Amino acid sequence: MSLTGIFLILFLIVHMSGNLQLLSDDGGRSFNIYAAFMSENPLIRVVSIGLYTFILLHSFQGIALAIMNRKAKGGKYAHGKVAGATWASKNMALLGILIFAFLCLHMGDFWVKMRFTDQLTMVTYPGHDEAVQDIYSRVNVAFQEPWVVIVYLIGVFALAVHLIHGFQSAFQTLGIAHEKYSPAINIIGWIYTVLICGGFAIMPLYHYFLR
Amino acid sequence: MSNMKLTLHIWRQRNANDTGTFETHTVEANEHMSFLEMLDVLNQGLIEQKKIPVAFEHDCREGICGACSMVINGRPHGLLGGTTVCQLHMRFFKDGDHIWVEPFRAKAFKVIRDLVVDRSSFDRIIQAGGYVSVNTGGTPDGNAIPIEKDIASQSMDAAACIGCGACVAACPNGSAMLFTAAKASHLGLLPQGEVENSRRVQAMVHQHDKEGFGRCSNTYACEAECPKEISVTNIARLNRWYLKSSLGSNV
Repeated sequence: MSLTGIFLILFLIVHMSGNLQLLSDDGGRSFNIYAAFMSENPLIRVVSIGLYTFILLHSFQGIALAIMNRKAKGGKYAHGKVAGATWASKNMALLGILIFAFLCLHMGDFWVKMRFTDQLTMVTYPGHDEAVQDIYSRVNVAFQEPWVVIVYLIGVFALAVHLIHGFQSAFQTLGIAHEKYSPAINIIGWIYTVLICGGFAIMPLYHYFLR
Repeated sequence: MSNMKLTLHIWRQRNANDTGTFETHTVEANEHMSFLEMLDVLNQGLIEQKKIPVAFEHDCREGICGACSMVINGRPHGLLGGTTVCQLHMRFFKDGDHIWVEPFRAKAFKVIRDLVVDRSSFDRIIQAGGYVSVNTGGTPDGNAIPIEKDIASQSMDAAACIGCGACVAACPNGSAMLFTAAKASHLGLLPQGEVENSRRVQAMVHQHDKEGFGRCSNTYACEAECPKEISVTNIARLNRWYLKSSLGSNV
C-alpha cells in the first residue's frame, strides 16, 4: 500500500501542476498543447501504463486488506468508542472506493473521449505546427454543469481526507518514524494535501464561475 | 467516603460458541474501590443470590501483570489513559452512571467465558522468537556489556509491555502489531538480542499473521489505549527490521 501510495502521491503533483494551465487566460492554448504532449510522448505513455497498474494494485490490495481486517475484528463495542484513531484512518477503504468511483467518471469524461473517440474538435495555434484536440473546451463545457462541479468537489474532498491519513501512514509502514522527522512528515503531508486538493478544487470552480 | 449507585450492563457469555448478551445489574460502590473491587462486590451479591458470578481475569491488581482485560464504555481498560482496569478507581465515575463492560473483541481472542478471553496467541508469538537463545550461565557482571543509555531506555520502554492485549482490543483491524513490535524491539535493540534479530522478526510477524490478527493500517488507536503507553514508533521499527530481514541476508 505504501509504495504504490507514494507513487500516486508523486503522480498527483505532476497532474495538479500540469492542469493548473486550465486556469491560464489564453483560450486553452497552453493546456491543449500540454495535453497533446502528455498523450503522445512515448516516455509518458510508458509511465502512464505504470500509473494505471499502480492505481489498480493500490485498489485491489486496499480492498483485500479491508476485507481481511474486517474478518480479524471480533465485532463492534456496544457503547462508546476507542481513543486515538481518526475517522479517516478507520475509513480508508470507504474513501478509496469513493475516489475510485470518481476516477471512473473522471476518466470517462476526458481521457476516454480524448484517447478513443473523435468527439473533440481539432484546433491549431500559431507557432505550433500540429493540430491538437481541444480538450480545454470539453473541460469548460463539463464544468458549466453544477452537478459535475459538485461531483468533482466531493471527489477532491474524499481524496484530501484519504491523503491526510495516507501520506504519513506510508512513511510509518516503510519504517520511517523518528522523533524529529515524523512531525515534519506530518506537516508536509498537510501542506501537500492542502496544495494538491486546493489546486484541484479551484479548477472546476474557476470554470463554473469565471469562464 | 462517598458511595454511588451504578447500573452495570455487563457481557455474559457461557463459552466461545455461545452468542452472549448484556445483563443489567445495579451495584453499590464507593469511590475508593478499584473497578475490579466493584466487580468483586457485584459477584459477592450474585453468589449470595445463588447466581453464577461474572468471570473476569485479574492477578496482581497493581497494574504490572497484564491479566485484567475488559472494555469499559468502549475503551480497553476504561477511560483513564496509561492505566489498567485494576488501577482504575471508582472516583472516576459518578452516582447514577451506566457502565458498559465487555470483553476484548478480536477474532484471535476467543471468549472463554463472560469477560475472559483466550490470549494464548500472544504466548505463541513469543514462542516463535520472543526470546534470546544464548546460554547465559550465571548472573553476568552488570557492566560487562556496555550499552548506551539511549538504547537501554528505548529497549526498556518497549519492555514495559505487559502483554494485556488492549492494543488488539482497540485496533479497528484486530491487529497485534504493537504487542509484536514491543517484544521484538525490547530484545532486538540490545546487543544480547541483536544477534538473532532477523530470524526473530520474521518468525514473530509470521506467527502474528497465522494467529488471525489483522494487518496494521496505522490508526494509532493501540498507542492511545495502551496502559503502558507503548509508542507506535516500535511498529515503525518492526516494519524497518522486517523489510531489512526480508530483503537482506546474513550470508
